[in-house]
Amino acid sequence: MPLSRPLSSLPPLELVCPAGNLPSLKTAVDHGADSVYIGFRDDTNARHFPGLNFDAKTAAQGLQYAHAKGRRVFIALNTFPQPAGWERWQRAVDQAAELGVDAVIAADVSVLEYACGRYPNLPLHLSVQGSATNYEAIRFYHEHFGIRRVVLPRVLSLPQVKHVLENSPVGIEVFGFGGLCIMVEGRCLLSSYVTGESPNMCGVCSPAKAVRWEETPRGLESRLSGLLIDRYAPGEPAGYPTLCKGRFQVADQTYYAIEEPTSLNTLELLPELQAMGIAAIKIEGRQRSPAYVTQVTKVWRAAIDACRRNPTTYAPKPEWQRELGKVSEGHQTTLGAYHRTWQ
Amino acid sequence: MTKHQPKLALGPVLYYWPREKLLDFYERMSIAPVDIVYLGETVCSKRRAFNTEEWLALAERLTAAGKEVILSTMALLEAESELKTLRRLCENSRFTVEANDMGAVRLLSEKGDAFVLGTGINVYSGRTLRFLAGLGAKRWVMPVELSQTTLAAIQAERPDQVETEVFVYGRLPLAYSARCFTARHHNLPKDDCQYRCLDYPEGLTLSTREGQAFLAINGIQTQSAQTYNLLPELAELRELKVDVLRISPQTEGTEMVIEAFATCLRGERDPVEAARALNAGLPYGACDGYWQGQPGLRQVVDVV
Repeated sequence: MPLSRPLSSLPPLELVCPAGNLPSLKTAVDHGADSVYIGFRDDTNARHFPGLNFDAKTAAQGLQYAHAKGRRVFIALNTFPQPAGWERWQRAVDQAAELGVDAVIAADVSVLEYACGRYPNLPLHLSVQGSATNYEAIRFYHEHFGIRRVVLPRVLSLPQVKHVLENSPVGIEVFGFGGLCIMVEGRCLLSSYVTGESPNMCGVCSPAKAVRWEETPRGLESRLSGLLIDRYAPGEPAGYPTLCKGRFQVADQTYYAIEEPTSLNTLELLPELQAMGIAAIKIEGRQRSPAYVTQVTKVWRAAIDACRRNPTTYAPKPEWQRELGKVSEGHQTTLGAYHRTWQ
Repeated sequence: MTKHQPKLALGPVLYYWPREKLLDFYERMSIAPVDIVYLGETVCSKRRAFNTEEWLALAERLTAAGKEVILSTMALLEAESELKTLRRLCENSRFTVEANDMGAVRLLSEKGDAFVLGTGINVYSGRTLRFLAGLGAKRWVMPVELSQTTLAAIQAERPDQVETEVFVYGRLPLAYSARCFTARHHNLPKDDCQYRCLDYPEGLTLSTREGQAFLAINGIQTQSAQTYNLLPELAELRELKVDVLRISPQTEGTEMVIEAFATCLRGERDPVEAARALNAGLPYGACDGYWQGQPGLRQVVDVV
């Protein structure tokens, strides 16, 4: 795709990295993240995992660290409060505003309404959990809540992303790397169907407490709430039993009927993403280790800088791909929905 | 005091049925005891058994037969052509529209029409419902993963003029994807799917390697293999002042399901007994877990 605008007029592509704890946040900042996104230690965000996330004190430390180096911190409050838990979400918005975060990433109408009404100067981003796949939906959130950015679900092809961008009143953030949701985020109930807990209600998908591993004469088996997700032959690498990434039977075939255990990796699409004017690239993985955050941030910083310097000669370096491959699910990567044939 | 009497609704057909089958189905539905009929393609824009004109014509016929007709819109909108169809539907001034995406909510509220919030819109609280009611929502369909306890709390907060609808029977819509799983099953790219969904009038069953069926593939949509059946909960649904009960069309036996709900609503049949009869014919059993605040696939209430 040729450049649609001269390079000098293109805004720099912002690198948004995940952090599940303070060491991850610091390493992301140290290795070139422009922004870091975090969550509080409860079900107000979609990575509500044991031992993960920030309280008010660590969040304040993280903000101080990032701001001292001129970087930004976003906080994800991207689950859907039910009547019984509303106070937690309200408190989370209050806390985010008091902390002086650079943006709140939210999905639910009531959370957006509260944040926008109570803190008109608090920047809001529409979370991927908000399921906005088209510009009419983006306009809805912009008109009512003044969102300044939208994170697109991982379901659009590259031309579709471009079309949304050209008609969107706000900047577009896309996922560049990490765990791949194959379903439209915010509209997937598979996890609660099997385990009782879903991203929308509880901030978890295929929660660890529902997982059971078992060595059997038939092989190593992974189960989720008792349901067989996968079975591995001796020596076969085993992955986390995310519901949509198991091997199942459909008619007379046994295969990855929904999706292979694989990670999204769009390094090779960078010139196109840059040329179309994408505002930010998001790296998935708040649940991953500081080592993951370091590795992925380093590679993506180098790639974004190289692509900006010279998009026409840019090509992902083999060592970048190797490094990313090491931290990918099943050591495999895909272009996902950006590439039409994957669909 | 008369008992709170919910209306019966027939949800949109979620599968790809050939034109003749759809025509025949709605011919029969026009005389079935349902008050409300939701019409339209909500899953995949490549399914073209009817074009928009033909859906509208069918809507007229069902209206003439005494039904309240609502036009349902797509849950996953990606292409401009899909937005174009959405605009056509939202611009019609004859029928109420069910929004299944916030893009539809925007178009309908801008136009000033009252609309229905479908299962594709995430209303998890009375606060969210109040906001959307302010934009013109006159009815909402509860997200299927919510429990009766949560519904009770939302009902306590709901604005007076808003009706509550609950999906009470059928295979649950659980997820939407960019990928077509039916095409994938046949090793076909989505852009050349050869309309394989036509071969599966109620989806393709997905089982674990132990043969436990739990999902059904329906193109880009994933459904439950088990059939959600809240007929035994009729008293609770009434108690919670639910206004509309939605039955999701299946390829066989939809009339029987409607008849069972209708006779139970009239008090002529025991809901547990009627549910037992319906459940006996289900290939992968019934479930009610979501309603009971448990994993959706469970059947908690004993109807055997």
